[in-house]
Amino acid sequence: MVIKEQVERHTISVQVDNEPGVLARVIGLFSGRGYNIDSLTVSEVDTTSRQSRISIVTIGTPLVIEQIKAQLHRMVPVHHVRDLTTSGSHIERELALVKVVNSGEKRIEALRIADTFRARTIDSTLSSFVFEITGNSSKVEAFIDLMASLGEMEVSRTGVSAISRGATADMPISHGAEE
Amino acid sequence: MTAKADTAEQNDETRAMTGAEAILKVLEEEGVEVIFGYPGGAVLPIYDALFKNNSIRHILVRHEQAAVHAAEGYARSTGKTGVVLVTSGPGATNAVTGLTDALMDSIPVICLTGQVPTHLIGNDAFQEADTTGITRPCTKHNYLVKTVEALVPTVREAFHVAAKGRPGPVVIDLPKDIQLAETVFPDRVAGVTERRYQPKVEPERALIRQAAEMLASAKQPVIYGGGGIINSGPAASDALRELVALTGFPTTLTLMGLGALPATDKHFLGMLGMHGTYEANLTMYHCDVMLNLGARFDDRVTGRTSDFSPNSKRIHVDIDPSSINKNITVDLPIIADAGRAITMLVEELKSMGFKPDKTALDKWWGAIDNWKKVNCLSFDQTGEVIKPQHAIHRLWEMTRDQKVYVTTEVGQHQMWAAQYFGFDEPNRWMTSGGLGTMGYGLPAAMGVQVGNPDGLVIDIAGEASFMMNMQEMSTLAQYGLPVKMFIINNEWMGMVRQWQELIHGGRYSESYSASLPDFIKLAESFGMKGLRANTVDDLDGVIEAMLAEDGPVVADIRVAKEENCFPMIPSGAAHNEMLLGPNDKAAKPVSEEGMVLV
Repeated sequence: MVIKEQVERHTISVQVDNEPGVLARVIGLFSGRGYNIDSLTVSEVDTTSRQSRISIVTIGTPLVIEQIKAQLHRMVPVHHVRDLTTSGSHIERELALVKVVNSGEKRIEALRIADTFRARTIDSTLSSFVFEITGNSSKVEAFIDLMASLGEMEVSRTGVSAISRGATADMPISHGAEE
Repeated sequence: MTAKADTAEQNDETRAMTGAEAILKVLEEEGVEVIFGYPGGAVLPIYDALFKNNSIRHILVRHEQAAVHAAEGYARSTGKTGVVLVTSGPGATNAVTGLTDALMDSIPVICLTGQVPTHLIGNDAFQEADTTGITRPCTKHNYLVKTVEALVPTVREAFHVAAKGRPGPVVIDLPKDIQLAETVFPDRVAGVTERRYQPKVEPERALIRQAAEMLASAKQPVIYGGGGIINSGPAASDALRELVALTGFPTTLTLMGLGALPATDKHFLGMLGMHGTYEANLTMYHCDVMLNLGARFDDRVTGRTSDFSPNSKRIHVDIDPSSINKNITVDLPIIADAGRAITMLVEELKSMGFKPDKTALDKWWGAIDNWKKVNCLSFDQTGEVIKPQHAIHRLWEMTRDQKVYVTTEVGQHQMWAAQYFGFDEPNRWMTSGGLGTMGYGLPAAMGVQVGNPDGLVIDIAGEASFMMNMQEMSTLAQYGLPVKMFIINNEWMGMVRQWQELIHGGRYSESYSASLPDFIKLAESFGMKGLRANTVDDLDGVIEAMLAEDGPVVADIRVAKEENCFPMIPSGAAHNEMLLGPNDKAAKPVSEEGMVLV
C-alpha cells in the first residue's frame, strides 16, 4: 500500500541530558536517516539535573515525522519528545540580529521599518545599524526581506525556540528544586 | 596498592582500587564469564588486572572484528550479553563491522575500547581515534568515561541498555588514565542504573484483546514471526508453539526467527521472503489477517512494498516503536516484548473461548497445501557432482539427534542453510541477517562453542566468506574449540555470481574465487583435521568423519559450481512473482526499478 502524502512542517521539542555528544547524536540521526532539519536550537534549561532542550523544525510526510519522533525517543539520553505541531497550540519565536549598511534616505527608511516591526536598534554607526528582532519565523523573514532592499546586509538568526500554550508544563524541569 | 590485592579481601567494599580493577569487578557483578578481546597499549591496565583475575575467562582472537562476532555468537546462543575488549584506534575501528552487525540484528554486546589518556584526546595521539564519534551510528548507545567516579555506574547502565528493550551493542570508551586512577568501588543503588532507560515491554491488554478479535474473525490468517521472539528468550518460543497449536494458523518465520517454531511443526510453512518458500510467500500475499510477532518488515521479506500482502489487516507486535509503520503501514501496532505479547494473546484467546473458523481455515489450508505441491525446494541430485542443497540437507539429517548449533557466513550457502537445515529450537541458528557480513560465521561459531562447550557447533560457510576471517582458525586451535567448518566450495562468490547471471547478462565481473588454498593443508597447518568431499559418494563419509573428530575440522565440500539459489523473489518484485527455478528466469526479467535495489 503506497500512500502518497504531502510533506508537513513540524516543530518538535526534545529534552535531553546535557552530556557530551548528545547533540551529535541527534544531528547524526537526522543526517544518517535522511531527515531534514530546517532549524535547530539548543541550550541547557535545567541546571540541577543538567538537561537541555532542543527545538527542531523539520519537514516530512506524516510517516517520516512519526519515524523521527520514534527514533528520537529511543535514544538513551532523551527524556521527552513532544510534537508541538500536533499537540495543541504552541508559540514559536526566534531572534535575529540584522545589520544594515547604508546611508541617506535608506537609513531613515530602515529605522521606520524597524519601528513598525518593533525591532530594537542595538548598535549604530554613521553608516550602519544592527537591529534586534524577535517574532515568529515569518515576521523575521518579512523584516529581513524589507531590509535587504535598503543596503548591504548581514543576518544572524537563532532558529526557532518553541513552547506549548496553556497551563500544563509538558516538559517540566527541576530547576533549583534541590539547591 | 595492587600488591595488597590479595590481603584486602576483609575490606573489599571500601578498598581503593584502580579503574581497571573496578572494571573487572563490575563485570563480575554483571555475571560476565568470558571476554573476547585483543590487547594493545591503551588497554594494558585492564589486561594487567585480568592477569590477576581468576573468575573471568579471556579468549584471545586474531582480529577485533572477530571478537565482536564471537561475542554475538555467544550472546545469541546463550541469551547472555557478550563482552568484547579491544584497544584504542585500530582496535576500535576494526570492531566497527561487528558492532554494526550486532546493531542490525539486535544482539546485546558490550564493547570496551581503550582510549588515549584524557589529556591527549584530540591531539592525534598514537593509536587515537574518535571512537565514540565513529561508533555513534553503529551502536545502541556509547560512552566516553571521563572520570573514574563515572566508570562503574556507566558500565552498569551499559549492561542495562544493551540487554533491555530492543537489544544492541554498547561501546564504553576508556581512557588509559581512567583505568589507572584510584577509586572506591561504588555500591549499587536500587533504581539508579535503570533510571534513564525504561523501554516499554508490557503489552496493553486492550490492544491484545483487539488483536484476539481480529484473529478470531480471520478467514485466511498467517502468523509471521521474527528475531524478536528469539531475543525475548526461550519462553517466547514456547508461547508461540502454544499459540500455533491453539489456533491452527499457518506460520512462517524470518531468517532471524528460525527455530522459534520447530521446522517439523505441521503449521510451519518455512522461511518467507526473497529466498523463502513458495507457500510462505503466497500465504503472506493472500492472507486477510497477518500477525507479525517481533519482525520488522525488512526489505528481504516484503519484496515490492506496494504489492505486499495487498488485502490484509495487519497486527504488528514490536518492542521498538520506530519499527512501526517504517516500511509497511499496519492496522494494529502493539509495542511490547514479543514473548509477553504472545503469552497474553494466548490467555486472551483462551478466555474468550476462541475456536478457529474450521470451515474457513480448512479451505485456507487447502489452498496452502496446493502451493506446497509445487515443491519449491526440490533439487536434482543426479550425477556424481554434489549439489549444495544436498550437502546441507544430509548434514541436517546426520546431526538431527545432536545438540547442534549452526552459524553461517553470507551468500548462497546461508540461504541454503536456512532452507535445508531444519531448526527445532531457538538459539541454535546464528546468521548475519541485517548487515549480511561475510566472515561472520567462523568467529560467531567460536563464541557459540565457548558458551556451549558440549554443543556440536557447525559453521556452514562459503569458501569466499570463509577467507574473510579464517585467521580465527588459530584461535580455535589455541583453545581447542571443536568447531566444524563445513565449506560449501563452489569457487565463486556464489550470490554475486547468481545476480550477475540473472541481472547483469552473465558478465561475471570479479566474482571468481581465485587462488584458493588447499583447505586440507590449511587445516593441517593449524594442527586440525582437514577433509574433502569431491563426489556425492564421498559426502556422507566426510560428514561422519567430521562428526567423529573431537577437535576442530575443516570439511571442503566441492559442490556444483553454478547452482543458483531458488526460489527467489527478484529485487523489485512482489511475493506472487517468485522465480521457482532456472527455467523461470527468462520468463520474468528483472524490472529497471529492481536493478537499482540490492
